[in-house]
Amino acid sequence: MIPACPLASLPRGEAIRLDVDPPIAVFHTEDGEFFAIDDTCTHQDASLADGWLEGCEVECPLHASRFDLRTGEVDAPPAKRPVRTHQVVVEDDVVYVVPSEAPPNLPPGVALKGQA
Amino acid sequence: MRTVCVVGASLAGLLTARALRAQGYAGRLVVIGEERHRPYDRPPLSKDFLRGALGEADLALEGEGEQLEAEWRLGVAATGLDAAARRIELSDGGTLTADGVVIATGAAARRLPGTEGMAGVHTLRTLDDARALRADLLRARRLVVIGGGFVGAEVAATARELGLDVTLVEAGQAPMAAALGPDMAAPIAALHERRGVRLLCGTQVAEVTGGDRVDGVRLADGTLLPADVVVVGIGATPTIAWLAESGLDLGDGVLCDEGGATSAPGIVAVGDCAAWYDPALGRHHRVEHWTGARMRAVVAARTLLSGGIERPEPPRPAYFWSDQYDVKIQFIGHPHEADSVSVEAGDPAEGSFLAVYRREGLPVAVLGVNQVRLFTRWRRQLETAPVQAG
Ligand SMILES: Cc1cc2nc3c(=O)[nH]c(=O)nc-3n(C[C@H](O)[C@H](O)[C@H](O)COP(=O)(O)OP(=O)(O)OC[C@H]3O[C@@H](n4cnc5c(N)ncnc54)[C@H](O)[C@@H]3O)c2cc1C
Ligand code: FES
Repeated sequence: MIPACPLASLPRGEAIRLDVDPPIAVFHTEDGEFFAIDDTCTHQDASLADGWLEGCEVECPLHASRFDLRTGEVDAPPAKRPVRTHQVVVEDDVVYVVPSEAPPNLPPGVALKGQA
Repeated sequence: MRTVCVVGASLAGLLTARALRAQGYAGRLVVIGEERHRPYDRPPLSKDFLRGALGEADLALEGEGEQLEAEWRLGVAATGLDAAARRIELSDGGTLTADGVVIATGAAARRLPGTEGMAGVHTLRTLDDARALRADLLRARRLVVIGGGFVGAEVAATARELGLDVTLVEAGQAPMAAALGPDMAAPIAALHERRGVRLLCGTQVAEVTGGDRVDGVRLADGTLLPADVVVVGIGATPTIAWLAESGLDLGDGVLCDEGGATSAPGIVAVGDCAAWYDPALGRHHRVEHWTGARMRAVVAARTLLSGGIERPEPPRPAYFWSDQYDVKIQFIGHPHEADSVSVEAGDPAEGSFLAVYRREGLPVAVLGVNQVRLFTRWRRQLETAPVQAG
């Protein structure tokens, strides 16, 4: 479990990026739910934490593909592959992420720092 | 409707075909495309594909295993249309009659007269163009780009990254000035100069010199710029010549209402070939950007399937992006409507800033340069603001 941030520093409608490898984006929706996905869009090197959060979806800030935060599925190109999702745990007013064991779907040309 | 024919198998055609299926159309769907390729994405052609960071498979627009249940007629062009009968003539001699027609034939790069057939002179619109240009750039030392629009500026940036000596000749005040307005084009010009592009603005080209192969570009003042490769980036014209006898109303593109309906029933047009009526501007306006096609495909499909009865929401201001070097340029709105523009975050001298264009105090356009997060907020604000009648 990685500590992401104190609960108070992630208000509803906001997102933060965790500088892990690969980076993870944590969202707090307007409805008060928490979700975590890989921060890098599966199309190109864009940070989904910079995107637009609407309901349980985030729209990529560059080319407007939308990812479902619950499943990671993408609605329409240019992105074609789902983004990896992670589990979020809130305990004692701290937000934690449980990173997924699945392999990430990084865009072409973006590698894990550990492999760069 | 039992048969719908989509003419043009690229972004706008694919997205409209997809939207028709998503909206419940279950009839016969025929997609006619002049290029032999499956639908592919054009923006990388001047950027990551040209640089060699993306391969051809990465350009595919269709999802893996996507099933549109469509008949693809690739490598076949529509050569004529009878709008009243909705009969399409094909380059293979066949004809096709449909209940609904989607015109999505895009645009073609404008060429410089007198350069036809001269090796080393390129325009960039198609995958085949990009393959040929990349092969030529890898053998070349000196590139001259004529025209500083998006494609010209992006090719100049990519060629610098490939290590070429690059000169960009622009007739106007600065590259990208038509899209960004003159004030904000200046920092982009400075970016290119910092990265080593020689910029010649306010400069006219007299001729491209050479025999079978290009060897230079002569400017109006007589200066000769030696060149191994020349890229002509002087804009694109809508591909509507095949509709000349169709009976459809044509202007700068196929003229459509704000839902994409053409002047003939059962025929819509979408993408770079179409000039939709824009209520905010009070005139027809052709949008030549990726998201323009994406937003309008869904509307055009609805117009076609409902026979024009469903009235769409007015189109949102156009959003486009451009990547040059490691700089992400994002823009939304109509810069030429503005009476003022001010930098509201960052600093143009540092290569990261956000500028807001206003008319009578109201935002009409926003430019972000490496300001992705802040730009997204502004874009949303402009997209959801009530549309002003023009
Ligand atoms: C190099 C380049 C870089 C770009 N970069 C960006 C960018 O960074 N950001 C952005 O927002 N936009 C960008 N664009 C613009 C974007 O790609 C276009 O807006 C988009 O491709 C429009 O899609 P379309 O389907 O309307 O037209 P097109 O993509 O032009 O497709 C039209 C298709 O119709 C076919 N066709 C034409 N005539 C016929 C016929 N008679 N019969 C059958 N088929 C026919 C053509 O062969 C073509 O395949 C770029 C364009 C280019 C060329
Ligand atoms: S980078 Fe996300 S859709 Fe292109």
